[in-house]
Amino acid sequence: MSSIKERAAEIRQQAETLNKDVYAPEKAEGKNPEFRMDLQSKSPKLTTLDEAIRRSGLRDGMTISFHHHFRGGDKVVNMVVDKLAEMGFKDLHLAASSLSDVHAPLIQHIRNGVITSISTSGLRGELANEISRGLMEKPVVFRSHGGRGSAIANGDIHIDVAFLGASSSDPLGNACGYSRSENAKSICGSLGYALPDAQYADKVIILTDDLVAYPNTPNSISERQVDYVVEVDSVGDSSKISAGAIRDSKNPRDILLAQTAAKVVINSGYFNDGFSMQTGTGGASLAVVKYLRQSMIDRGIKASFALGGITAHMVKLHEEGLIDRLIDVQSFDKVAAESLKNDMMHKEVSANEYASADEPGSAVHYLDVVILSALEADTDFNVNVLVGSDGIIRGAIGGHPDTAADSALSVIVCPLVRGRIPCIVDEVTTLITPGNTVDVIVTEYGVAVNPRRPELAERLRNAGINVVDIKSLRDKAQSIVGEASELPFGDKVVGVVMNRDGFVMDVIRNIVD
Amino acid sequence: MDRLRRTMMFVPGNNPGMMADAHIYGPDSIMLDLEDSVTVTEKDTARLLVYNALKSINYGDTEMVVRINPLNTPYGKKDIEAMVKAGVHVIRMPKTETAEEVVEVEREIERVEKELGCVGRTRIMAAIESALGVCNAHAIATASPRMMGIALGAEDYCANLKAQRTPEGDELRLARETIVVAARAAGIDALDTVYSNLNDMETFRREVEFIHRLGFDGKSIINPRQIEVVNEVFTPSPKAIEKALTIIAAIKEAEKKGSGVIAVNGKMVDRPVVIRAERVIELAKASGVLTDADLQ
Repeated sequence: MSSIKERAAEIRQQAETLNKDVYAPEKAEGKNPEFRMDLQSKSPKLTTLDEAIRRSGLRDGMTISFHHHFRGGDKVVNMVVDKLAEMGFKDLHLAASSLSDVHAPLIQHIRNGVITSISTSGLRGELANEISRGLMEKPVVFRSHGGRGSAIANGDIHIDVAFLGASSSDPLGNACGYSRSENAKSICGSLGYALPDAQYADKVIILTDDLVAYPNTPNSISERQVDYVVEVDSVGDSSKISAGAIRDSKNPRDILLAQTAAKVVINSGYFNDGFSMQTGTGGASLAVVKYLRQSMIDRGIKASFALGGITAHMVKLHEEGLIDRLIDVQSFDKVAAESLKNDMMHKEVSANEYASADEPGSAVHYLDVVILSALEADTDFNVNVLVGSDGIIRGAIGGHPDTAADSALSVIVCPLVRGRIPCIVDEVTTLITPGNTVDVIVTEYGVAVNPRRPELAERLRNAGINVVDIKSLRDKAQSIVGEASELPFGDKVVGVVMNRDGFVMDVIRNIVD
Repeated sequence: MDRLRRTMMFVPGNNPGMMADAHIYGPDSIMLDLEDSVTVTEKDTARLLVYNALKSINYGDTEMVVRINPLNTPYGKKDIEAMVKAGVHVIRMPKTETAEEVVEVEREIERVEKELGCVGRTRIMAAIESALGVCNAHAIATASPRMMGIALGAEDYCANLKAQRTPEGDELRLARETIVVAARAAGIDALDTVYSNLNDMETFRREVEFIHRLGFDGKSIINPRQIEVVNEVFTPSPKAIEKALTIIAAIKEAEKKGSGVIAVNGKMVDRPVVIRAERVIELAKASGVLTDADLQ
């Protein structure tokens, strides 16, 4: 036996060896006797938006980021950029996972020099109109969801301060796209597109409309990644998370397209027990799930997982036991968001785990079938989902090129004509998804199969599907609506399209009235 | 059977969007309407639109029918002239009550066809939508060699009859049966009235099954979503096809042996059974579920 006094010399010696001080009880902090329940609603991170911005070290010229999980109901982007403008910031780079109609107020902030560059997956509405007409000096950089995830991870996009809306957070920043409290004001489900920002941004500010007591578990974003937490009135209007591109259609043409696409999938050779699937936005591609369901029941086929934007249709199939797991980077409606909250088999993933080309384990690598929509497709099977046939930006890249490239079978559902606009053309207005990744294009006048997939064409033909040459579809479209006149593009580049691996794929020129 | 008429899809003649691609859903016939779905102020525009649709849209092998306005309106004759010139397959007469009306329409058609040098090209079908029309069904059905079918228009018929419309359609029973009998006696097709509640596909299916049992050749429809149901009901099942093939094979075998009556699976098979079996095979072939190769 020896006392600590007797060991003092050795303690000092070891401290010197380890380059550390010797513990001194008189200098140690005393215990906090407070009732811990009272502590659960406090934290030094909890502050106001002004203060969080000031403390974050944000300066002119830096990059701020946002997610778009509230889609058309988002309130965070406008709230924060208004505040930044008020505080006198200039020359900021806005790196959002996507932007939509509700972000028209940004036009003013671009004119005033608060925002001078934008990276996004898409643009819609008045903001898209103005940018297409040359509002910004620097072109907007468009990336797919997987491409953005990779760019954030590899430093192509360096985020200085991320402003992330959450439907619940505790004072430490454990945050979710839903809330388990009685005061829940909003729900958006998965925060998948915000997760790379939370992981890689220098500073992370959580904005929440339901500040709950610690611990807000299970959580999407961990307190370890969060610097500040700000309580606000509202982060988003959940009733609008299924607005924009998401529609459940009663349109007979959409139904016909969906039924045909379902037939294609069923006879593709990939409709086997354990297959995996994803559907994109757009009435027809979402509706395909409804028609696949009956065949899954009839043939006793179950899917191992459904990926992507998860919808109520997918949740229904999962709950019926037809889909084993749901992998959710974005919840497309409230039913999906609630399911994410309550169902352990419904897993939230980040944009990188979803679709990054750099991650061998990203879910798209394991995807059999993806059904996607298109604004236009051309005779080389290239697809455009971003720029309208009028030359104006009106969409989003989303996960389109990621899923087309990595799935075993990509099916594009696209009407031959929309009103007087031909959708199967000689060359797409803007190249988003390269033709070598597109396998099948379904139109109401027939199904075109990429010549790279002759075995697929044969299977579909044998199943009695009307397989036609893509060029005959182009001709048919032209015979219905006539030849389109050339678009009045100017000389200014207003957009740059990056492919998912970080190459420059195409540019978008301004449109002149 | 000169062609399949399981579905005749009604498309308003003043809706270019719907006219442009009505055929992609695969109805057997499309009826472009100039009558009830077009207001008086749009009669001329609709006529012009339908004329140009028929001239410029490739409807493939869909049978094209146009419902004209009655001849006792200022539009009827103009409708006939424009549609015959556009090359319509069938003129559909609304609210037909007597054989004389058919003859009058035929006269107008023939006048235009003579001008064009294509006498006999245009066929006629008549919608029966009143008590008098039902009473005269056979006379109407046989009023012209151009007649290809008669159809029931239930709403006007019931109004005229002072009957109540019910989901079960009991009030239509006599009219339906009369029309089928008149059509069969005349050797032309019988087409049933529309069912307009798109949200109740179950009742729609029951109605289609019922009129199929009564002997109708097909049903008037108002939305592409109804096509699948009608085709399912009217397309012979694999079981029915197999039974029909067995009967035909057995009767051929019996004829070789010089016998007219045989038994298949213990049931007597005579001429009427064979006729029904032949019709099943014909329908199956026309519906594309049975090919000549299958019959070899």
